[in-house]
Amino acid sequence: MNLDFTDAENAFRAEVRAFVREQLPQAIRDKVANGLHLARKEHLQWQRLLFERGCWNCPGWPKAFGGPGWSPVEQYIFEEECALGGAPRLVPFGSKMVAPVIMQFGSPWQQQRFLPKILAAEEWWCQGYSEPGAGSDLASLRTRAVKKGDRYVVNGQKTWNTLGQHADWIFCLVRTDPEAKAQRGISFLLIDMKSPGITVRPILTLDGAHEVNEIWFEDVAVPAENLVGEENKGWTCAKFLLGFERSNIAGIGIAKRELARLKKIAAAETKHGKPLIGDPLFAARVAEIEIELMALEITNLRVLSAEAENKAPGPEASILKVKGTELQQAISELVLQAVGPYALPFGGAAPGPAHAANRAAQYLNLRKLSIYGGSNEIQKNIVAQMILEL
Amino acid sequence: MDFSFTEELQQLEDTVRRFVAKDYTFERRRAILASAEGWSREAWQQIADLGLLALNVPEAHGGLGGGPVDTLVVMNALGPGLPLEPYLASAVAATALLRDCPAQAGLMEKMAAGERIAVIADAEPHGVATLCRAAGTDFLLDGRKCVVAHAATADLLIVSAHLGDDLALFLVPRDAPGLALDSYPTLDGTHASEVRLDGVRLPAAARLEADGDALERALHIGLAALCAEAVGIMKATLDTTVDYLRTRRQFGQPIGRLQALQHRAADMLMHYEQAKSMSYLAAMRCTAQDARERRRALAAAKVTVNRAARFIGQQAVQLHGGMGMTDELIVSHWFKRLTAIELACGDSDTHLQHFIEASAYV
Repeated sequence: MNLDFTDAENAFRAEVRAFVREQLPQAIRDKVANGLHLARKEHLQWQRLLFERGCWNCPGWPKAFGGPGWSPVEQYIFEEECALGGAPRLVPFGSKMVAPVIMQFGSPWQQQRFLPKILAAEEWWCQGYSEPGAGSDLASLRTRAVKKGDRYVVNGQKTWNTLGQHADWIFCLVRTDPEAKAQRGISFLLIDMKSPGITVRPILTLDGAHEVNEIWFEDVAVPAENLVGEENKGWTCAKFLLGFERSNIAGIGIAKRELARLKKIAAAETKHGKPLIGDPLFAARVAEIEIELMALEITNLRVLSAEAENKAPGPEASILKVKGTELQQAISELVLQAVGPYALPFGGAAPGPAHAANRAAQYLNLRKLSIYGGSNEIQKNIVAQMILEL
Repeated sequence: MDFSFTEELQQLEDTVRRFVAKDYTFERRRAILASAEGWSREAWQQIADLGLLALNVPEAHGGLGGGPVDTLVVMNALGPGLPLEPYLASAVAATALLRDCPAQAGLMEKMAAGERIAVIADAEPHGVATLCRAAGTDFLLDGRKCVVAHAATADLLIVSAHLGDDLALFLVPRDAPGLALDSYPTLDGTHASEVRLDGVRLPAAARLEADGDALERALHIGLAALCAEAVGIMKATLDTTVDYLRTRRQFGQPIGRLQALQHRAADMLMHYEQAKSMSYLAAMRCTAQDARERRRALAAAKVTVNRAARFIGQQAVQLHGGMGMTDELIVSHWFKRLTAIELACGDSDTHLQHFIEASAYV
């Protein structure tokens, strides 16, 4: 039993920390600090800097596919240090989601065609999973793909598509056999976003941002060679994708960074003429969160350590997702409370202190955390059914 | 980083689990509970024969030279048995303190063999006010200690008292003239006492070499053990409750099929995992040299364990329905011990405050 990182891991941490400190552009760091959305070119700028450092933009990739070949613990350290250093979260759809599926199930042609461009941050991917009628019950999806000669013709609608407005490609779950029940009859298809018949419509969210989209497919022709794995076996890919690379699902680094920011704000704000952080009630709320975060960090490391011993990461990731998102949301609630009335100005002038600007929008935006990636209720179903076998 | 337990530790755990399953059953505990003494000397000797009382005694004094991780494993396994004997108080906390006292090697050897029991008597309603005066070469103790667990069981009390500017520690025989105990059962079935010290005269040799810092270290080692005990009980409580959800049928199906109850069980598991993580942290940090780091970790662990103990204990009763309210099921006894643990060695607010102080928020 030993809770400490090895010397080699600490050295690696120092290396990542130095890189983020020296290479992360200040404009990006400032945006992240203020909870602002990054432009496409800013995302790509950071990804390419990481790529040039040694393919660090694809932290989970094995060496065989040109990745850094890091252990789960090294990946964890990398993501934590990036977050602590103020770097944006890597857009996961290419490097962390579709890439592992292509590595596992893709044809040699698909691997050669798609993986190098993901690695070089030359092509942006987005996800086509949810539909208006298929959210938590994803297997009820209805977007149809009909095989006609050497192509599929796709018709339907996807929604809650994140940052698809920037994307070059989308990976989609589509129904290829409408007769088959639920999970059977679904296929995993890679679709060029420039294909005729695709319409991307923004969905404005409660924080005023354009982060998600509806995507409409009208007679979109997709070459049959873009089918990953076997026809009607797409659910296998989907499940694999969900299970893959969840080592960072708890977002420990982000929570640590935001907690530090909360403390800084609470040290600057005052109550009855004294720093808010010294108020016993407020300090207790912060401490509760900090303690829970300490516990979650160790729980996360326990899961990683089981993963490193090749025991499946498995459903324990659901615990990390629920607790991690609850913590990030709890921090954002306290930030609002700390900022007080100057959290109210929204979308116009920001008359309060600099640290108050955009906090409400950030709070509102983070409500998504307990909804996306399998809502926290679905995660608890998984915990109850897969771990507790109820 | 390594969360695995060595083969020796796994064997130690098996030994304790076997003891609980075979020799410290719920029925036997019930019989001990009903006895006049309220604890069993025979069970104590069995625990001694397994080597568990020697675990924390240095090898130089006939012990096994174990540490907090060994204790964690033992407490995890011993906890579900709800022992009425003073294992934590004597074999963990008091032993940890005596390790800092080379002159007490002989006493530790006797404790390791099960021939002597010692408990720390420190807590008072408003902080330590017990006073010590010098009387020639002797010391005189006056004061009162409250809710001292297992005091009536102990042969020796380790009493803290102010001696000038120092916090001094004294080894006081339970039958010393001037020392009186008012004993009573507590909610978890163990006994505690109000300890009155009225001019208790002690020879100079009764003063321990250990000081207030050593006392804090020993209490921290005890606190880590308490966290591990709680985690062991939580695991048993959770497993038993989940089992009940699988077998109890209502509306033509196991009640564990109902999502409201599934989510409750999932919440219990999450509390348990978080508490388990912090029991590891407590075990790894309770012997840290840096006092601030140690305090911060222990306080955080106790807050987490307390929250989890309350949630898991209450929900276990709730999910067992009417059966959870009965004395007949061990679940209600686990719940009571978890409740006692929550209040022992500092409640959540106390530790939250310790955490804030150690984290230097201001």
